[in-house]
Amino acid sequence: MSDYLVELKDITFGYREHPVVENVNLTIREKDFIGMIGPNGGGKSTIIKIIMGLITPWKGTVTIPNQVEIGYLPQYQSFDNRFPISVCEVVLSGLMRKNGVLAHWSRQNKKLARETLEKVGMADYAHKPIGELSGGQMQRVFIGRALISQPALLILDEPATYVDNRFEKELYQLLEQINNEVSILLVSHDVGQILTSIKSIACVNRRLHYHPSNQITEKILASYDCPIDIITHGPIPHRVLPTHKP
Amino acid sequence: MILEFFNYQFIVNALLASLLGSITAGIIGTYIVTRRMVFITGGITHASFGGLGLGYFIGINPMLGAGLFGILAGLGVEFLSKYRKIREDSVIAMTWSFGMAVGIIFIFITPGYAPNLMSYLFGNILTVSNADLIAMAILMLLVLGLFIPFFRIIQFITFDEDYAITSRIPVYLFKYLLISLVALTAVMYIRVAGIILVLSLLTIPQNTALLFSNNLWKIILLSIGFGILGSLIGLIISYVWNIPSGASIIFTLVLIYLVGSVIRNLHTAIRVKRQR
Repeated sequence: MSDYLVELKDITFGYREHPVVENVNLTIREKDFIGMIGPNGGGKSTIIKIIMGLITPWKGTVTIPNQVEIGYLPQYQSFDNRFPISVCEVVLSGLMRKNGVLAHWSRQNKKLARETLEKVGMADYAHKPIGELSGGQMQRVFIGRALISQPALLILDEPATYVDNRFEKELYQLLEQINNEVSILLVSHDVGQILTSIKSIACVNRRLHYHPSNQITEKILASYDCPIDIITHGPIPHRVLPTHKP
Repeated sequence: MILEFFNYQFIVNALLASLLGSITAGIIGTYIVTRRMVFITGGITHASFGGLGLGYFIGINPMLGAGLFGILAGLGVEFLSKYRKIREDSVIAMTWSFGMAVGIIFIFITPGYAPNLMSYLFGNILTVSNADLIAMAILMLLVLGLFIPFFRIIQFITFDEDYAITSRIPVYLFKYLLISLVALTAVMYIRVAGIILVLSLLTIPQNTALLFSNNLWKIILLSIGFGILGSLIGLIISYVWNIPSGASIIFTLVLIYLVGSVIRNLHTAIRVKRQR
């Protein structure tokens, strides 16, 4: 077994002639909890799609050891919400990669689906058609789809979209808990909420700057060049990262 | 009178064609409707007319030419839409009319007797031959052979293609196989219902089924059922009142759909009333 789950080397990709991401390097190891932050259009989702194989980069290599199972929550759902499929079936589709093309669900798979639906608080809706759920409920189901395969790495692209505050907190607690065994790469435009559980931060704005844990100094806030604003009052736990090297 | 109805070989063939065709169309039509590719299917069917014309011109079985053109048109549209740089509906419209144009040109320049175009535009289930039945049976087996073992994967690919790609499923292999079967089904149905009426058999029973179920398997089974029912009643009407069979079958299918939606609405209304 390799010592990493995903390795990106010198990745460059763009649309037409304009690079969206340039010379990106990133290594994800076991039990990592990486927060990926950066402005809109900075290339966060592009990097995720490159890892997931949805986009082939112009340049650079993606290495993922064969046995690494990845759970994935895309930012925008590409599905047709009038398609006849139940909540339970959607969650089970997260086992596609493990089960292969001749997938038929075992009793164990179905039990796993029930447990996963419990985790995301959607057990009562197991047999509802996906199209009858609200946006937040759908998001929970898709988080369930990412979790069901008990992946070694969980990639969540803006998981807090559509969900209410209560579930958002529950989700972050759940992530913190599974981080004992699972690596997590979490994309968020507002990382303020989860700063305490994140172990390292990747700032993405065309280039990627990686900040390992414990790089916290107050004065660096001023020169922070990931253009996000975190304004808080009172004793809120926080971290400030060093300036990016040019 | 109904017994007399079964005495004719062409009626027996028509009934067998309805049965085999309804099974194939029930499955493929459900794929077409749930993946919202009704327009693509229309394009494929009309493009196949080009192959039909080519078949006449070079003197091979026109249905073979139609099948070939249909598959090429389907694969072409799927292939182009993979790159998402094109407007899919525009490409379909171009394929649609180009195929028809090619067909007309070939038929026009073929020396000698011009074939009866009407029979291809409107079809006739009462002229289905034994060879047609064998072709329909083979197609049905191919469709069952793909859908029974790979049902779940096809469901997931249709529901969320991008996610299936990230799950390392050979999504495009499945899409190309499926579009080829869609093309063959559409072309097969040209014999029964004609180019203009093919779409109805691949969409009306499915939409009737969707009134009653959200489960993909049940939708397929109900579509097959409604397809058989519509073809049978349609054939009887055609026989009794001496109406072209394609038209009477489609008329019946629409009637079943309307009855179904009334039942569905009444059912919902009663349920809402009880809950109050």
